[in-house]
Amino acid sequence: MNNTVPIVALTAGAFLALLGAGFAHDDLFAAHMWVLFFTLAASMIVLLRRVRFAPAGEAAVRVDRSGYFDEVIKYGTIATTFWGVVGFLVGVVIALQLAFPDLNFGPWFNFGRVRPLHTSAVIFAFGGNALICTSFYVVQRTCRVRLFGGDGLGWFVFWGYQLFIVMAATGYLLGITQGREYAEPEWYVDLWLTVVWVAYLVAFLGTILMRKEPHIYVANWFYLAFIVTIAMLHVVNNLAIPVSFLGVKSYSAFSGVQDALTQWWYGHNAVGFFLTAGFLGMMYYFVPKQAGRPVYSYRLSIIHFWALIFMYIWAGPHHLHYTALPDWAQTLGMVFSIMLWMPSWGGMINGLMTLSGAWDKIRTDPIIRMMVIAIAFYGMSTFEGPMMSVKAVNSLSHYTEWTIGHVHSGALGWVGMISFGAVYFLVPKLWHRNRLYSLAMVNWHFWLATLGIVVYAAVMWVAGVQQGLMWREYDSQGFLVYSFAEAVAAMFPYYVLRAVGGLMYLAGSLIMAFNITMTILGYERQETLPGAVPAGLQPAE
Amino acid sequence: MSLMDKHQFIERNATLLLVGSLLVVSIGGIVEIAPLFYLENTIEKVEGMRPYSPLELAGRNIYIREGCYVCHSQMIRPFRDEVERYGHYSLAAESMYDHPFQWGSKRTGPDLARVGDRYSNEWHVQHLIRPRDVVPESIMPSYAFLKETPLKVTDVGMELKANALVGVPYTQEMIDSARADLVAQADPNADTSALLARYPKAKVGDFDGDPTKLTEMDALVAYLQMLGTLVDFSTYDDATGYR
Repeated sequence: MNNTVPIVALTAGAFLALLGAGFAHDDLFAAHMWVLFFTLAASMIVLLRRVRFAPAGEAAVRVDRSGYFDEVIKYGTIATTFWGVVGFLVGVVIALQLAFPDLNFGPWFNFGRVRPLHTSAVIFAFGGNALICTSFYVVQRTCRVRLFGGDGLGWFVFWGYQLFIVMAATGYLLGITQGREYAEPEWYVDLWLTVVWVAYLVAFLGTILMRKEPHIYVANWFYLAFIVTIAMLHVVNNLAIPVSFLGVKSYSAFSGVQDALTQWWYGHNAVGFFLTAGFLGMMYYFVPKQAGRPVYSYRLSIIHFWALIFMYIWAGPHHLHYTALPDWAQTLGMVFSIMLWMPSWGGMINGLMTLSGAWDKIRTDPIIRMMVIAIAFYGMSTFEGPMMSVKAVNSLSHYTEWTIGHVHSGALGWVGMISFGAVYFLVPKLWHRNRLYSLAMVNWHFWLATLGIVVYAAVMWVAGVQQGLMWREYDSQGFLVYSFAEAVAAMFPYYVLRAVGGLMYLAGSLIMAFNITMTILGYERQETLPGAVPAGLQPAE
Repeated sequence: MSLMDKHQFIERNATLLLVGSLLVVSIGGIVEIAPLFYLENTIEKVEGMRPYSPLELAGRNIYIREGCYVCHSQMIRPFRDEVERYGHYSLAAESMYDHPFQWGSKRTGPDLARVGDRYSNEWHVQHLIRPRDVVPESIMPSYAFLKETPLKVTDVGMELKANALVGVPYTQEMIDSARADLVAQADPNADTSALLARYPKAKVGDFDGDPTKLTEMDALVAYLQMLGTLVDFSTYDDATGYR
């Protein structure tokens, strides 16, 4: 393994980055190209140091390519954990910035630049890595073939995606943004992601096409729909004309009302396909595996799959209720959002009922408990979402903290917990360990995370409703009671409590990072498993 | 053979599954978004809308760069409290030249769709430098560095040209005089008659309190001061605007 191709590609990339920095149209592009140059150059040096100069033939290391390609998945689980901790940490920081504005350190660390860093770190870095590594694991096992495209393609997808994350994140702090929520990276970073994403699709779909199983397992339907739909959304939403091919700035191809609906068509389905369909794929593999039970209903999974992907795509306009978007589009978005409740709960029921006959494991297996609470939060968020999409409710909830609470019950509760469950499942298997370092620590993680979410969501509900009511409060004379600033001041205790909830969630993820590090290093903690029956009290046979 | 059994067919054919999924997820977007481009009543007929002047556009790009939209909306909903608090509800026409739109999704701070002309330039500058000096309850970060940063736009004409490519009606004359217009708008001694002919109602003069320097603060305040001021509501009829 002398990595000739990657080294040449990195060298060429670093050289182009240097040229980009030299001939840049604006300072920001030059700065960003320097970041790219140092990233690529450092990667190149790492690879160069691993080159073996032994004569070809006997010294060439034989890599066993008969089994599954798990090496990239190992990196993926580590990246998932790492970016998770980073994303949650940045979340706590910006939560504290809202409570204590003196914590803003401009221009790089002002809330407006760090908030996209938080959302992207959690959605795309943590969630994206979890999706890529679990999908690679699941597709190989359920198709019983090695990942398509040789090892090179798998590595390209993984490292290419990390490069996207680094470029996006450094761009935000430098002030490089398109100003489109959850699609902030500028045009050249978007182009790079498109290349990586197509490679991902080829690797995933190729593996399915080469499969040795006649049927495509249900988890793969969801992963495939997620990959294809995200490709479509990403390309259309990011259509833009750059001012210069050596500059950061681009202007969106659409304007005003059309731009708004395109953006929220994308934005809502970043939730629907990135944060839902992909993670449902995860659920359909890891929950049955961990529970040792088959998926509850095959028919339900068919209905749930097609209904979910068909309806989700319509729900975007509920982000634009009572705006200048034409009423017909708003109403259509609301109707489909409410209907979406049904397939969502179909998925929840299918996941939960998979535990039929194994409910006792909730008591004894903290990993199953984590997956079950994830599905429970999925059910709760997918009820809350349709409710908030009702125009009358939305007139109160829109623009308030309630929306933030809703997003976090979904992101922390569903996406986070199901990913933690999958990582806890994967790590001992990938590194061939008997078990995790400590199940008691999984239990601690479970409770810290769950209580953290409950604190976070409950506080944001109260905050959001109060905020909405204060904005519309009239006195008996017909005057508005509160100035906007008074409503801001009223948020202070909630902002502090929200940071506490986030801190608990972060603490849980740090415990996880420690736990899986020790597992990878090969340690096993001596402990009595939670819920285990003490020796000597075994029930009679 | 029931319908459910036929699904086996799709489960055994990856191409069919791929094409089927792609078709199913395309429908919603096509039905909802495509008509907005050709239905004539999507954007109301109003008087007064014009493209941003070069200085306003530069200010808008700073607004985007700093992520102001994560805390401030620019979309007033047609509710009594919002109309009384912020002004006439927002029209689609008012963001027709916005690439990208900046309607926002969260009001950690107040809506800014009609913040133009509400406060003095001095208030804005002080507020951006030390927000809690003028609004004690504010939790906004300080943007003092804007006043120290000279406004650098490599090629103003190219910015306008890129906008023209995506449909903003900048004329060749506007593109040619873009650099001159950018400088003239913030210069209290400049002759701004040509600028005002091209960009009616543009606010002119020094914005940041230092007429000797053209800073990012000048551009941002110029942008904030024109927000929501263009449409002439005396000629706008609510009933015909209803969609």
